[in-house]
This record gives sequence, C-alpha cells and structure tokens, in this order.
Amino acid sequence: MSQRIVDLVRARFPQAVLETHAFRGDDTIVVRREDYLEVVRFLKDSPGTAMDFFVDLTCVDWPERKPRFDVVLHLKAWRSSERLRVKVGIPEDDCSCPTLSGLWPAANWFEREAFDMYGVKFVGHPDLRRILLYDEFQGYPLRKDYPKDRRQPLVPMCDDAPPQPPPFPERPH
Amino acid sequence: MGGVGDRPPASEPPRGPGGAPQAGWLTTKLDPLLAWSRRWSVFQYPYVTACCAMEFMSTMCSHFDMSRFGAEIPRWSPRQSDVLWVVGTIVHKQAPALKRVYEQMCEPKWVVAFGTCASVGGFYDNYSVLQGIDKIIPCDVYIPGCPPRPEAVLEGLMLLQEKIGRGELSRWQQEHPAAARRAG
Repeated sequence: MSQRIVDLVRARFPQAVLETHAFRGDDTIVVRREDYLEVVRFLKDSPGTAMDFFVDLTCVDWPERKPRFDVVLHLKAWRSSERLRVKVGIPEDDCSCPTLSGLWPAANWFEREAFDMYGVKFVGHPDLRRILLYDEFQGYPLRKDYPKDRRQPLVPMCDDAPPQPPPFPERPH
Repeated sequence: MGGVGDRPPASEPPRGPGGAPQAGWLTTKLDPLLAWSRRWSVFQYPYVTACCAMEFMSTMCSHFDMSRFGAEIPRWSPRQSDVLWVVGTIVHKQAPALKRVYEQMCEPKWVVAFGTCASVGGFYDNYSVLQGIDKIIPCDVYIPGCPPRPEAVLEGLMLLQEKIGRGELSRWQQEHPAAARRAG
C-alpha cells in the first residue's frame, strides 16, 4: 500500500533504513536511531510523502533481543490515506531516543507514556515526567522484568485484616 | 416510645413505678429508634470510578428505584453522608483520595464495595490496582459481580440496612471503639 513511500525513504536515506517489511498492506520501516528524527521529519514535510498525521507512538520490550526496546511510530498521510509504521531499536544500556514533540505537539504525552511504562528517555522532550503513574513509583511496570506481583501503595495496607463479623442471618422472604 | 415528652424536670431523676431510676429504660429504647431512623435514611456518597457506574445509575433511576429504601439522595459532600459507595476500580494513585473522603465522613459511617474490583481488585491483578478497598478502609458490605445486577445491588443495600437496623456496629466502629462511643 505504502511501498511508494518506503521507496522514497530508501532513496533519500539509503544508510538509515535497516529493514522493511509489509504485512497485509501495512508497511514498516526500521531505521537507525541516529537518523530517526531526520527520517520522520522528511516523512512529515516532504511533499511527496506528506505523512502529516501523528497516529500513535508506543514502545515494545523484547527482553532477549539486542537492542532490547522498539519505539514504534504510526503515521498517516491525510491526503492520500497512506499509512506507515516506523520502528527504531533502543538499546538497554543507552535507553534514549530523539523526541518528536518538536514536530507534533501531540507526541508530548505519547512519549511521556512510553517513558512512564518503559523508561525510554526522549532526548529534547520539554517535560519528561511520568504521566499515568505517581511520582513515587519505582521502576517501569511494562518492562517484562518488572515483577508482576510487585505493588507500590501510597497508603499503608492493612493486610492483617480484622476478623470477619459473623455472616448475615438468612432473611425471611 | 412513651416517656420522652413527659420527662420530669432535670432536677428530679426519672423514677419508674417501683421508684427505680428510669434512665436505663429510656436509653435501651432510644437505640432501636436511632437504628430504625438511620436504617431508612442512608444518605450516600457515590465514589464512582469505573464501568460499575452504569449499573449504579440503573439502580438509582426509576426502573429499580433505590429511593424505595430511603437511600435516594446522594450527598456530594462526604460530611453529610452515611454510606460510602465505592463503585469501580481503585488504583493505588487514587487510594489516598479515597481514604481522605472516608476520613471526612461523619460517624457512624458505613462502606459498601460495589463490584468485584472494589471488593478484591477484580481481574486487574497488576501493578496499579488496589486489591480491594478493605486494604485501606473498613468495609461493611461486598457486592460481587462484574458489574453486579441491580437486583444484587438492592440485595446489598438491604443487607446493609438490616445491619444498621439491628444496631450492629459498623466496621469502623468495631475498629475504633473509643471514637465510636463518642459518636453514639
């Protein structure tokens, strides 16, 4: 569907595109992290591509893989209705990625959510704070190595619940 | 309830037919009166956070008509309400607000956990969700269901009313006996 755009990106940034694939008409390009911002800027601003609609930005954790994380960006072109997925690999020891909030203000909160859940630092982000969780929260809960039964309550829990009162007597109907 | 209106002047202690002080008789009758009136005027504070709200609205509205039970009026201040309805999922981020609302309610006060999430956390067994509101506040009635049917909600309300009507202590009173004596 969007093979035309993939070809345009390949021609413009031959060194940046690591891989492309398509699944049922959805095209994906995997780009190098150092070229990510320029590729996205080209996709947005070039008249030939005009991918001007920021649809979604999220993150994926592949605990066994190097690089460990993927930042996944979904774009759409309003005029031609073409869609494109852009992935960029993020290594665990340098868990950072250029921000897109200069291109789309809407990227601000999406990147805050990815930071909140996966700990990816978006370099250049104007306000990189947790967006859903509370500031006291330690760690990044959607990483696969976050223990699934770990809780971080803000008020003390009474786990030693008081003895239960006797059950309700049967009510005459 | 004889004797309340024609009480003798305060200088003279009330006496029964045998000359025994009557004060004991009066208080034992006052408690059921209080319990009866509390039972049929349970003003509620709906703390509504999630999809259970749909069933709560359904129960409140005319088809199921919660006002038949004297429990119609939601008070939008915790200080004026008797029953805290916790309707829906409570996350850890929100738990301090719920606890504060509960602490602002005047005694005696009761708590109803509406639905599975409020009771035990539901299927949200994860990093963010409080696994039952009784981890932070004492809870009197649990209504299971995801969400509960309005009939189940009314059953829970009636169970609570029976508990109030029997003059039974709320969970809060059981856990704070000294404060409960002050509140009567």
